[in-house]
Amino acid sequence: MSSHTEKIAPEVSQPYKETFSFSRFSRSNRAQLGILGVFFGLWLIFIITAPGTFLKPQIYYAYMSTIPFFAIMAIPLTMLVIAGEMDLSFPSIMAMGMVAFLLTYQATTSLESVPLRVAISFIAALVCGTMIGLLNGFIVVKFGIPSLVATIGTQFLWRGAVLVLSQGKSGTLSYVRESFLHPLLVGKIGGVFPMQMLWLILIAILGWVLLNRHKIGAHIYLIGDNVNSAELMGVNTKRVRMQTFMLMGLLAAFAGVITSFHVVYFWPSLGEGYLLRTMASVFLGGTSVFGGTGTILGTVIGAFIIGTIEAATVAVGLTGFWTQFIYGLIIVLSVIMHTYLRKRTK
Amino acid sequence: MDNRLELRNVSKSFGEVLALENINFQLGDNEIVGLLGDNGAGKSTLIKIITGYHQPTSGEILFNGQKVDHLTVPKARQLGIETVYQERALAELQTLWRNIFLGRELCNRWGFLDIAKMRTETHRLMSQSMGFTSTAINPESFVGTFSGGEKQGVAIVRALFFDAEIIILDEPTMGLSLKETAKLVNFVRGIKQAGKAAIFIDHNVVHVYNVADRIVVIDRGRVAGQFLTKDITLDALMEKMIRVAETGNLD
Repeated sequence: MSSHTEKIAPEVSQPYKETFSFSRFSRSNRAQLGILGVFFGLWLIFIITAPGTFLKPQIYYAYMSTIPFFAIMAIPLTMLVIAGEMDLSFPSIMAMGMVAFLLTYQATTSLESVPLRVAISFIAALVCGTMIGLLNGFIVVKFGIPSLVATIGTQFLWRGAVLVLSQGKSGTLSYVRESFLHPLLVGKIGGVFPMQMLWLILIAILGWVLLNRHKIGAHIYLIGDNVNSAELMGVNTKRVRMQTFMLMGLLAAFAGVITSFHVVYFWPSLGEGYLLRTMASVFLGGTSVFGGTGTILGTVIGAFIIGTIEAATVAVGLTGFWTQFIYGLIIVLSVIMHTYLRKRTK
Repeated sequence: MDNRLELRNVSKSFGEVLALENINFQLGDNEIVGLLGDNGAGKSTLIKIITGYHQPTSGEILFNGQKVDHLTVPKARQLGIETVYQERALAELQTLWRNIFLGRELCNRWGFLDIAKMRTETHRLMSQSMGFTSTAINPESFVGTFSGGEKQGVAIVRALFFDAEIIILDEPTMGLSLKETAKLVNFVRGIKQAGKAAIFIDHNVVHVYNVADRIVVIDRGRVAGQFLTKDITLDALMEKMIRVAETGNLD
């Protein structure tokens, strides 16, 4: 340490060469490898017990059609959980985004062009979701309320707003078929491959880049790991947490729009039923409930495990009554596995 | 001698509690100032005001003679203040390179990280400065697996990497072995030789006496007194410290 003056002066140094080591790779990616193992294990069981279903492409197209609706939201939720936060209000944001969509659509009748009105309404939905996310973040950051508690409140608040604004009425969205947005968001490539799957892949890649290759992602990890250290070292923990809540709101509204476009119908209860499977995807994927660790890949695999169980239970010959039991079993076992793997890192 | 840093009548209260009262403090060019005081005397609060973590309730802060308003942590780091915190301020679940560049990630103008460069720099700092020769420790190691001395090494090297003008060490010997402590004391002497200034806080009077040019004694949120180490013996200083703790008065 006595030669510390050298390190202050910038000098040309040997570049650090990353040598690939299998043991190091498996150590630093153990959570992802673990859940990948569970995924392939389950898949193998499905193929063996129901080869008629799982060796044909139809079931996979069906999965790719339904899983993205909640998997898209699981990606920003992963970031929030890594930052040590939680959001329970995103199912209500899904519906609230669609209310913004419908109100904007009604307010723009003078424009006449349906595709234009749908496009404006789509943007309004995304803006609405982002603003609700901002408000969630504001309540959490400015008042210092734990996000779990704050978003229990806002979850009721926005569901209530949806019911008031829609007067509890549901309705068809058949006009969106006239818009280019319908095939772009929920169309089928070649008549089989669902567009929403492509959106999920795109959002997952962008989410991965943000989390692993961008300053914001680096700060998300640091905040969840040790918020005090992050603050002492000058990380703007408030801004980063608010940005993460905004991203959650934005993608919840996006998921709300594609879910509604897919069925071409709006229900004021939109989003109910997505809360637990989205959260389960995040925790199944190995994201720690204590913050500081977690991966996008893990979450996407988690979402696919959650999404496949329901149909698979029936396909392998069990009655639908078994699904919840199997859900629970896989979630509990996977979370135990992750905790065990995490302890061995120390 | 020009002052690198000066605090004028700085007070800080947390609600009803007055943590610091009219503190006047100077840090000269290339000076090592030892900050002594009992637990709860206000040393850490004073440090956190200088690093921009806490805002003073009243008073002025001057860097190189220039008054600075609304000092924040990033601003203080820009001004060349680096701190080795008592609590080390590490993120233990993250890799070594992420800790070295915590809050100051090297990135392009769109905020995308230059990971290759951060890894290379981390590797260089490790082998040249931290003296980490063990192959078990590399830029991808998780800091949570390090020993106390290694963690302290990370915190210190991090402070040095960013061309600091003023280095603040808050209880840096806490939890270190004897050998690691000796290394640290040498390191503080190295700061002096490199022409930088430092504030050194430690509960061990001997460590502080051995490296500091001047010692400032804080008691109950006030500056109780200050001495040049060349004018006072270690024994006399120890005696005064005990008297301050008991009576709140140096003499």
